[in-house]
Amino acid sequence: MTRISLIAAALGASLLAAPAFAEQPTPLIAQGCAGCHGQSGEGQGAVARIAGYDRDAFLAIWQEFRDNSRPATIMNRIAPGYTDEEVQILADYFASIQ
Amino acid sequence: MTILTRRSFGALIGASAATLAAPSLLRANTTGRLVIIGGGFGGASAARFARITYPEVEVTLIEPYPTFITCPYGNLILGGKRELPQITHSYDGLRARGVTVLQDRAADIDPVAKSVRLASGADVGYDKLIVSPGIGLRWGAIEGYDEAAAQIFPHAWMGGDGSQITLLRQQLEALPEGGVVGLAIPGNPFRCPPGPYERISMIAHYLKQANPTAKILAFDAKEGFSKQGLFQDTWAELYGDMIEWVPGNQDGKIVRVDVENKLFISEFGEEHRVDVGNVIAPQFAAAIARDTGLADESGWVPVNSRTFEANAAADIHVIGDANIAAPLPKSGYIANSTSKTAVAAALAEMTGQPAPSDPVYFNTCYSHGGADYGFSVVGVFRPTDEGFAETPDSGGISPRGPLSELAENRRLEASYADAWYDSITRDMFS
Ligand SMILES: Cc1cc2nc3c(=O)[nH]c(=O)nc-3n(C[C@H](O)[C@H](O)[C@H](O)COP(=O)(O)OP(=O)(O)OC[C@H]3O[C@@H](n4cnc5c(N)ncnc54)[C@H](O)[C@@H]3O)c2cc1C
Ligand code: HEC
Repeated sequence: MTRISLIAAALGASLLAAPAFAEQPTPLIAQGCAGCHGQSGEGQGAVARIAGYDRDAFLAIWQEFRDNSRPATIMNRIAPGYTDEEVQILADYFASIQ
Repeated sequence: MTILTRRSFGALIGASAATLAAPSLLRANTTGRLVIIGGGFGGASAARFARITYPEVEVTLIEPYPTFITCPYGNLILGGKRELPQITHSYDGLRARGVTVLQDRAADIDPVAKSVRLASGADVGYDKLIVSPGIGLRWGAIEGYDEAAAQIFPHAWMGGDGSQITLLRQQLEALPEGGVVGLAIPGNPFRCPPGPYERISMIAHYLKQANPTAKILAFDAKEGFSKQGLFQDTWAELYGDMIEWVPGNQDGKIVRVDVENKLFISEFGEEHRVDVGNVIAPQFAAAIARDTGLADESGWVPVNSRTFEANAAADIHVIGDANIAAPLPKSGYIANSTSKTAVAAALAEMTGQPAPSDPVYFNTCYSHGGADYGFSVVGVFRPTDEGFAETPDSGGISPRGPLSELAENRRLEASYADAWYDSITRDMFS
């Protein structure tokens, strides 16, 4: 799972002859977040920045979205759509970017 | 996929095959040529994603219009909340990323020679082809509704050069006091399931201020629609009795229009006179996907649910509204989300890597019901062996309830919708 979801990233990396040009490759699974939180989770308008989000805090808040124990307009409908493994990848990825 | 189907695909469009140059050698692990037809939600997203993720791959984008005008937020022009330049996007950002943008129309595809014939006559060779040309309108499916009729009863369902949405806006501004705005809404499947109902809301939002005794008659070929409860709550809360929605089982299906006399004629022969008519005509995949034999008899293109490769031809991946991918909606967000999987699958193959095997396809459609009044539908989808499926116990619509309790939620969703628009258009064009 992890390996396959990261194929885009790995392949991107192996092709990078000129790394200065490339932005950090994003795991495919995190691409779905870019439509609201910005391409690298940098935030957009009223939607929060999630780049650099602490990993444990991310996992905790995801659980709160999942079980509807945190006020939300939309993340409570998004969060249950991802498996535990996928949430780990998301947490690692967003924690890793500045 | 059998050789036979690839051959029959070739035969259908074969005329140009012989005249084309031999296929280029595949330059595995070094570089290759990704060609993209259509610079909209699917195509622009694919081009940008490919340049960022696979910088050694040459990317060529073929698009006839010099700029892209989004359908999303077009309804806000009708509502008086946006102007055309705010939903018009330049391809300069993609050019700056190294995408070769050809302002031309793809006229034919040769899947054997692996080449796209442009309307200008030139051929563009590819190793992998992404096709995201959007929809075409079935002219004549509603009797009397053709391209000339669309200059009187606009559809405003494709961005194009912006003239359709501009015409509809001008007609609304010129509506006589207490006049009637008619909409004809098609059966499924069609582009943007909540779009007609957001449009009704935005027209009502404008008329409530500019022409409060006007009426909106929405004739629908269907008995139900996306986010129906939320829309109908909104209409009752914000617009009183301005809006009447006529479902298919109450003779809502419009089968003929008479533009000279400004009439909508229903299935059972009822004539409705309208001052402004918006005909959202029945649809199929854009011509380039049908004329080349990629589409099946439904008019849409069947694809592999993990790679978006067309069933009818190898190395051609069809994304966006043109494909058949139910229950994925025909939305901009789905075109954007699936474009990335399609590119990753197409280019992985080119370099001998396995394609991503557990992709997730993501959708959110926000709708504006009025000022500071937004709501949404979410879907998280995955491929299955048969096609596509929604992930259980996820997604769904915004909560329903009295506005007194939900005003803050609606206000927040309207502001998040604006953020979505800015974020996704940056993910396409920046
Ligand atoms: C009123 C309205 C509101 C909407 N609101 C939303 C919303 O809020 N959220 C959402 O997610 N979706 C929304 N949509 C849906 C969204 O617009 C479509 O789903 C999306 O545009 C599909 O992307 P696409 O790439 O398939 O097609 P398009 O975005 O239409 O792009 C296709 C491009 O291909 C070009 N093209 C066509 N034929 C050729 C050819 N032969 N050669 C070269 N280029 C060609 C066209 O010029 C066009 O630029 C809305 C639609 C409408 C009508
Ligand atoms: C349709 C827009 C949209 C998409 C797509 C989206 N989010 Fe969100 N996100 C929001 C909004 C809006 C909030 C604020 C909470 C709410 O109202 O639901 C939020 C809040 C969050 C937060 C909490 C931020 C904080 O500290 O307050 C995290 C973490 C988050 N999102 C992660 C993600 C991830 C990861 C994805 C992709 C899988 C994603 N989001 C996809 C709109 C979106």
